[in-house]
Order: sequence, then structure tokens, then C-alpha cells
Amino acid sequence: MSNFSVGFRASGTVQILDLHGELDAHTAAELEAAIQKCQKENQVNILINGANLLYISSAGLGVFMAYIEEVRECGGDIKIAALQPKVFNVFDLLGFPMLFDIVDSEDDAVGKFSAPDAE
Amino acid sequence: MASNVHTLTIPSSTRFLEDVREFITTHATEAEFSESSVEQLKMAVDEACTNVIEHAYAGQSEQPIEIAVSIQPDKLTIRIRDKGRGFDQQSYEEPDLVKYAKSRKSGGFGVHIMRRLMDDVIYRKGGGFNECCMVKYKD
Repeated sequence: MSNFSVGFRASGTVQILDLHGELDAHTAAELEAAIQKCQKENQVNILINGANLLYISSAGLGVFMAYIEEVRECGGDIKIAALQPKVFNVFDLLGFPMLFDIVDSEDDAVGKFSAPDAE
Repeated sequence: MASNVHTLTIPSSTRFLEDVREFITTHATEAEFSESSVEQLKMAVDEACTNVIEHAYAGQSEQPIEIAVSIQPDKLTIRIRDKGRGFDQQSYEEPDLVKYAKSRKSGGFGVHIMRRLMDDVIYRKGGGFNECCMVKYKD
């Protein structure tokens, strides 16, 4: 049984994906399916909430890598918020903050979608 | 130097990665590694096993992967053995994150992560199996 799941919520035009559990090579397909669902529904403002994400491996990071350019080309973005420190460390290890907008709180991330040029 | 050795053999399917992480967490914690080191060990072994599943065994799901943890007072050594296709270190290139994203490429970070998280990573071949040996010293 998978110990990973994705919850869906919305905040205005922002589609929020709540990640729960451990994201590895076995469960990465679920995240991919969730992002593809957003694309199918023309949801290009995607916010990943990692408050309940306990673990991520390169397979999970790879899903973000595979879709970020496509989403940005459609005028949207994938922002990541509320990561636990041990999970953020993994993103940081690979230099992800260089490529992705990783924010402390969900509210800050939602705000950035509506005011992208604000600091 | 005396050491304890614990082994786990799993079939080459990603659904067993969770068991591998639990195995590593148990023994690294018992060996009194710090919480952050336990997380790093867990991830490095996950990445190594994922590579065996996806590359050495090319997705065959019933082949054996043997993981052995050897605990010594100052370090932990992890040996991962498989009987699949060996890793060609010569052709390995360090990934470029931005380039990968632009080409929608998603894989290839496992070895990089292993090398960043562990103090030593050695690949060997012989006796009919491939072996990846990783060492982490206590803080």
C-alpha cells in the first residue's frame, strides 16, 4: 500500500497540492498524475504544500523538473511551500532554490502568484 | 576493529524501497548517528537501490538486491550488491539542473546525491556481482 497521497484544494486561481507521506521512485507516479490533472484542467498556477511531506528522493524531485518549463511556458508556475527542514535540505542539496520558488508559508506562495513582481 | 553486520535482501521492485529506508534508519539510529546523518544515509541508500532497480536490472522486478550494513565505532559501511548490468562510471556526467529542466529531463541525480551525502562511494565488479560500497563517518 502506498504511503504517499496528494490532496487537492484551490485558493482563487491557485491549485494547491497537499503532499502527504514519502515521495520516492515508487510513489512519484502519483505526483506526476496530480500535476497532469492540473494541466488537463488548465490549472497553471500550482502550489505544492509540503507540510506533511516526510521524505523526498530524486525521483520526486525529477517530477518537478519534468514539468516546470512546460508550466512556465503556459504562463504559470510551480511554487513549493511549507517544507519540513529535513526535506528542504534535499531540495537545497541539488540547488533547487535556484530553479524553483521555495517559500516558507502557503499564504506567501499564494500571494506571489497574484503579485509576481512584488518582493 | 569489531563490527556488527546486518543484511537485508529485497526483490528489485520500487515497492520495497520503504523497507530499505526503515532498515537503514533502524541500524543507523542504533549506531547512534545524528538525526541528520540518519536522513542522509536513508536517502543515499534509497538512491543506490533505485539505480539498481532502474538501471542494473532495467526494471525486472524479481531480481535480488542485497544490502549489508556494517557498524563500526566510528563509521557505518553500506554494501549494495546486485547481479545486473554494472554502472559505467566512465560515462557518468554530473547533472546540470537548469539544462535538465529546459530539456524536461527528470532523472540522473541519484549518483550525485550519493556522492554529496556519503563520505565515500566506491563501485566494484567481480565474482558475478556488482557492488556499491558507501561509507559515512560519525560527526
